[in-house]
Amino acid sequence: MNGNRVAIVGAGMTKFVRRAQETAKELAWEAAHLALESCEMTLDDVDAVVIGTAPDAFDAVHMKSEYLSDGCGAWGKPYMRGYVGGGTGVFAPIQGWYHVASGLFDTVLVVCEEKMSSCQPHPQGAFLTIFDHTTERPLWPNLLWIFALEMNAYMSRYGLDKRDIATVAVKNKRNAADHPAALLGDPNITVEDILNTEVMAWPVQRGDVSPITDGAVALVMCANHVARRVTDKPVWIEGVGWSIDTAYWANRDLSYPTYVEEAARMAYEMAGITEPRKQIHIAEPYDPFDYKELHHLEGLMLFDKGKAPEAAAAGVTQRDGDLPVCPSGGLLGVGNPIAAAGLMKVAEIFWQLRGEADARQVPGNPKRGLAQAWGDLMQVGTVVVMGV
Amino acid sequence: MREYVYDSVYLRRKDFEEGNVLFETWDPNACYAWDTGVAIGRYLQGLKAGKLIGRSCPECRRVMIPPRLFCEQCFCATDRWVDLQDTGTVVTFSLCYVTWDMIRLEEPQLPAVIEIDGASPGMGIMHMLGEVDPQAIKIGMRVQAVWKPAEERIGAITDIAYFKPTSASSVEPLE
Repeated sequence: MNGNRVAIVGAGMTKFVRRAQETAKELAWEAAHLALESCEMTLDDVDAVVIGTAPDAFDAVHMKSEYLSDGCGAWGKPYMRGYVGGGTGVFAPIQGWYHVASGLFDTVLVVCEEKMSSCQPHPQGAFLTIFDHTTERPLWPNLLWIFALEMNAYMSRYGLDKRDIATVAVKNKRNAADHPAALLGDPNITVEDILNTEVMAWPVQRGDVSPITDGAVALVMCANHVARRVTDKPVWIEGVGWSIDTAYWANRDLSYPTYVEEAARMAYEMAGITEPRKQIHIAEPYDPFDYKELHHLEGLMLFDKGKAPEAAAAGVTQRDGDLPVCPSGGLLGVGNPIAAAGLMKVAEIFWQLRGEADARQVPGNPKRGLAQAWGDLMQVGTVVVMGV
Repeated sequence: MREYVYDSVYLRRKDFEEGNVLFETWDPNACYAWDTGVAIGRYLQGLKAGKLIGRSCPECRRVMIPPRLFCEQCFCATDRWVDLQDTGTVVTFSLCYVTWDMIRLEEPQLPAVIEIDGASPGMGIMHMLGEVDPQAIKIGMRVQAVWKPAEERIGAITDIAYFKPTSASSVEPLE
């Protein structure tokens, strides 16, 4: 482990909803003050603030994290924003980690917020500008295209069935039924329900996709000596990793997320993990689409290439399976307020490792878990390994 | 953890339609003029002339499309323009029933990644497929560019109207 030891000691979040009456700042404040309350700290104890929030275009507020900063407790403090698109929610705690690991700060408040509902008529429009303005945008590309193109490449490389992939959506929406902040929890949903949803961009159907969501999540991270004073159940950051692939996305192998593997290798090495399949007890990979959970599990080297769907269909990734995956309910079930969704995954591992996940608690006293997110133009992987 | 979840107030579409909540709208007027740059400028010039142009790296020897002035892997200057063919292979595709701003379509758009002949393996571009039964599209299908008439070409990626299958039987498995 490089640098000083860093722990997560508190977490709070808002309920994830399709459209919140609260403004972005109000959502950020609700999550931030609950995180502080959860570890009986106040803003006076916080040395610095890290904010994660994804495209400015959602809110049409330029530099929106500066706008959010008051709600995040950043007033009069060192502050920074970390932004790697969808990967932001796991990137922000990585920055919280090096703020503390470096010895510069003792306690950092990490807040991730997203309000996708402001963008009309649909936030997908905000993603048009992710594509190259000269070589791609004249074709009026749609964000769904790149997921559909990637999903089709993945399915055809390994001869996968949509039914196997749909089991991921079913598992996550069922898991989410036990999450008090979930938007799309459903204890009774079936594979048939997913397969019967409307086709958006084949092979992507509506049931394969996470919903547009508003929400915020916050964590309190601190140095060893502070953590020992604040709690008897610190959750340690054992490894962090991140990596980016080329923006010439049509030049890449779309069937395998190499950048996730690179991020995972960095995090595993830092955490001293040599056999991830044995040493990781719970995983929260990024699941904005059901196939992405499988894709990412392979990139994280938790399953062989092309083998995650088989394991999912066999129940290995269920909450009581050998490797519980997205016990929170993930983005497909809890919701996908981009940056906040990634940090929700880190918060879930925090609650799981402390045995505080209530009805979602994974059996067997898990000791180590990981959260992963992915973003930008399908090119960035961010990974955090946590342990108790 | 339940006590650390704040219950956000959930609004519905009808709350707006019926004026039950206050809201503010804004229509941005966003105008931009982008420079094509050197490499893409040459690429567009090629499209206007009805051909696809790549660029090769002296170190890794990759022939890249879209062309670029530097190789992002070797981080050295590329040094040679390469005329490519206007044929290729479908690497992946989708049948998309919604527009970029989520308007439902009856007939699907057919975006695809097409690996271009003459470029290095794996070098694809995003474009559209056409003159094909959507249900008959297969990964590995051989396709060729359908160019707009010369007088309609303006030096844009849309100078290629779409790619169409070269022949019905020529589906080859990719590696």
